[in-house]
Amino acid sequence: MARLTSRSPRWWRGVVGVLAGLYFLVPMAASILFTVNVPGQGFSLSAYTGILSASGFGQSLLLSLELAAATIVVVLGLLVPAVLAVRLSAPKLRPVLEIVCSLPLVIPSVALVAGYSDVLQWGPQYLSRTPLFETFVAVQNPGFPVVLVLGYSVMALPLAYRALDAGMRAVNVRTLMEAARSCGASRWRAVFQAVLPNLRGALLNAAFLTLALVLGEYTMGNLLGFRTFAVWIVAIGGEQAQLSVAVSVLSLLITWALLLVLAFAGRARSRTSRRSAVSVAPALIPQESA
Amino acid sequence: MTVEFRSLHKAFGATKALDGLDLTAHQGELLALLGPSGCGKTTALRMLAGFEHPDSGQILVDGEDISGIPAHRRDAGMVFQSYSLFPHLSAAENVAFGLRMRKVGAAERRKRAAELLSLVGLPQHADRYPHQMSGGQQQRVALARALAMRPKVLLLDEPLSALDAKVRVTLREEIRRLQQELRITTVFVTHDQEEALSTADRVAVMRDGRLEQCASPAELYDSPATAFVAEFVGTMNRLPGRVAADGTVQVLGQRLPVRGGAHATGTVDVLVRPEAVEVHADEHGAARIMAAAFHGAVTRVTVALPDGTSVKVDVSSHRAGGLAAGAAATVRLPERPVLVDPVAGGAGSASAALAGSVSGQGAEGGLAG
Repeated sequence: MARLTSRSPRWWRGVVGVLAGLYFLVPMAASILFTVNVPGQGFSLSAYTGILSASGFGQSLLLSLELAAATIVVVLGLLVPAVLAVRLSAPKLRPVLEIVCSLPLVIPSVALVAGYSDVLQWGPQYLSRTPLFETFVAVQNPGFPVVLVLGYSVMALPLAYRALDAGMRAVNVRTLMEAARSCGASRWRAVFQAVLPNLRGALLNAAFLTLALVLGEYTMGNLLGFRTFAVWIVAIGGEQAQLSVAVSVLSLLITWALLLVLAFAGRARSRTSRRSAVSVAPALIPQESA
Repeated sequence: MTVEFRSLHKAFGATKALDGLDLTAHQGELLALLGPSGCGKTTALRMLAGFEHPDSGQILVDGEDISGIPAHRRDAGMVFQSYSLFPHLSAAENVAFGLRMRKVGAAERRKRAAELLSLVGLPQHADRYPHQMSGGQQQRVALARALAMRPKVLLLDEPLSALDAKVRVTLREEIRRLQQELRITTVFVTHDQEEALSTADRVAVMRDGRLEQCASPAELYDSPATAFVAEFVGTMNRLPGRVAADGTVQVLGQRLPVRGGAHATGTVDVLVRPEAVEVHADEHGAARIMAAAFHGAVTRVTVALPDGTSVKVDVSSHRAGGLAAGAAATVRLPERPVLVDPVAGGAGSASAALAGSVSGQGAEGGLAG
C-alpha cells in the first residue's frame, strides 16, 4: 500500500516542503548572511568572535540558565504531584487543574508583570517594619532574582501541564500504580519506580518547553529590570546590530544543542522510549530581538 | 489459604457495588466470580487486593481480618484486565519487580525470573520489552510476575478479556494448569460464563452486589438456584406453562413433573436448555422453523410456536438437514422434571418453584449480561 501511494505523483508534497523550508530557512539564512558579511570588508566572523568578548554575554546567559533550572524544578515539583493526584485520587478536580494551568495563556505577560511590579513597589513600603521587607529585597536580588522564577513558573504552567498530561494519557497510571503495589511496592516506591520512569518522555518535554520559554522570555525580565539573556540581546542590538543577530543565531544553535542533549539523555537511559522523548519543537529565540 | 468475604458492603455514591456479599474461597481452589458488568465482582476482588475498602463487612484470610493491611503487604499476586506490565522494564525485570521490592539479591532475582518465564512458556522472551510482545505474551508475563513472590492468593481480574478468542482459550487452560500445579488459591473475575465454567472449581454468580449461587460448574448448569443464574449461565428457553393442582406442569401439550416440586399453581414459565428440547420436521406440525445457524457440531434452530413464543433448539448438525427455515415442525420435551419460574406479576404465583432456595428477587429474572 505504502509503495503504491508513494509512487503516485504527489508533486504538491514537494511544493509544500519547499515552501515551508523557505519560510523557515530564508530568515535564518538572511540572519547568518547579515552576521558574516561586513559591509566593505566581505566575509568575516568578527561578529561571532565578538560575542565572547562582549560584556555581559556569559553573565546573562548563565543567569538565564540558572533561572531556567530553578523554574523547571519548581514547575515539575508543583505539577507532577498535582497531575498524579488528579489521575489517581481526585479525578473530579481535573477540570480545576486544567483551568488553573490554562489561565496564564489568557493573561498576557505584560499584565502579569504590571501586577508584579506594583506588588514589588508597595510591598516594601507597607512591610518596611516587618521581616517580610527583607524577603522583598531578597527575591529581587539581581544575582538571582527569585521573583523571575516565580513569574516564569506561572508562565510555564500551560506548556508543562500539556506535556505532562499528554504523557500521562499514553500510560495507564492507575494500573501501573496498582500493579506495582500488588508487587509489594509502597505508594512512594510505586510512583518512583513504576510510574515516573514511564513518564520520562513527558518530564523531558515539560522541562524542555520550560527551558525554551525561560531562555527566550523578554517582557518580564526587561520590565522588572533584570539582565537576562533575552534582555541582554536586545540591549546589545541597540549598540551593535550585527552582534545581536549573531547572538540570536548562536542562541538558536545552543537551544538545539540542549534539545539534542535532553533527547539523548532520555534515550540512553530508557531503551524503551518508543515515543520520541521530545516531540514538541520549541519556539525559542527571543522574537523581540529579531 | 482460605479467603472469606463476610457481609461486604460498598457504595460508590448512589450505586451499591456490594450489598452484603458472603463468599468463601477454599484452600487451593479456583473460584470464579461471574456476573454481568456492574454486579460487584471486580469490586470484591479489588477489596481483597487492598485497592478498595469496604464500607462494612470483613475480609478474612485464613481467619484473620486483613482490612487494616495496606495493598503492598497483602501477599496477593494480581493480573489485571488491561496490560499492566511496566513498559520501561524487560519481561525478566517485570517478573523480578516484586522481588526487587523485597530486596532479594540480583542473582536470586534473575534465577527466579527465568524459572517463572519458563513456567509460563516464555523462557526465550526474558529480554523483550512489553511493546515487543503480543497481548497474550504480555498477560503470561503478568501472570509470572504475579506468581514470582509466591503469593498466598492469586487474583485474576478478567485477564483474558483483551485477548482474541484463540489465545483466550489456550491461556485459560494454561492458567488452570498452573493453578493446579501450584495449588494456589485463586479468585478469577470474569463476565464470560464459558470461561468460568471451563476453568473454575466453583463458580460464584453475582448480581447487584450479592451472591446468587455458588456451586460447581455442573451443578450451576444443571440445577441453577434462581432464574437469573439459569439465564446467565448458558442459554435458557422460556416456554409458557401452567402448573396443575397435582404439581405437574402442562407445557407444549405435555404433562411433566416440576423439579424441586411445585409451590404454586397457575401460569408459569418453564425453563429449558436448548439441548433439552427435541424438534422434528413434520409437515403437520404447528411450529415453524424460523432460522438455523450452523455452529459446527451442533446447529441452533430457532422455532416459532403457534402462540408466537420462539424456542432455541440445539440439534446435532448431521440431523439438522430437514430443518430449513420455513419448514413445519413439532417441538417436544423429554419426559424429565423441568424447572419452572412464576411469571412476574402473574396471578396465583405466590412463590417461585425453583430448585433449591429461591428468592423472590431471583424470580424476576430479566436477561442480563
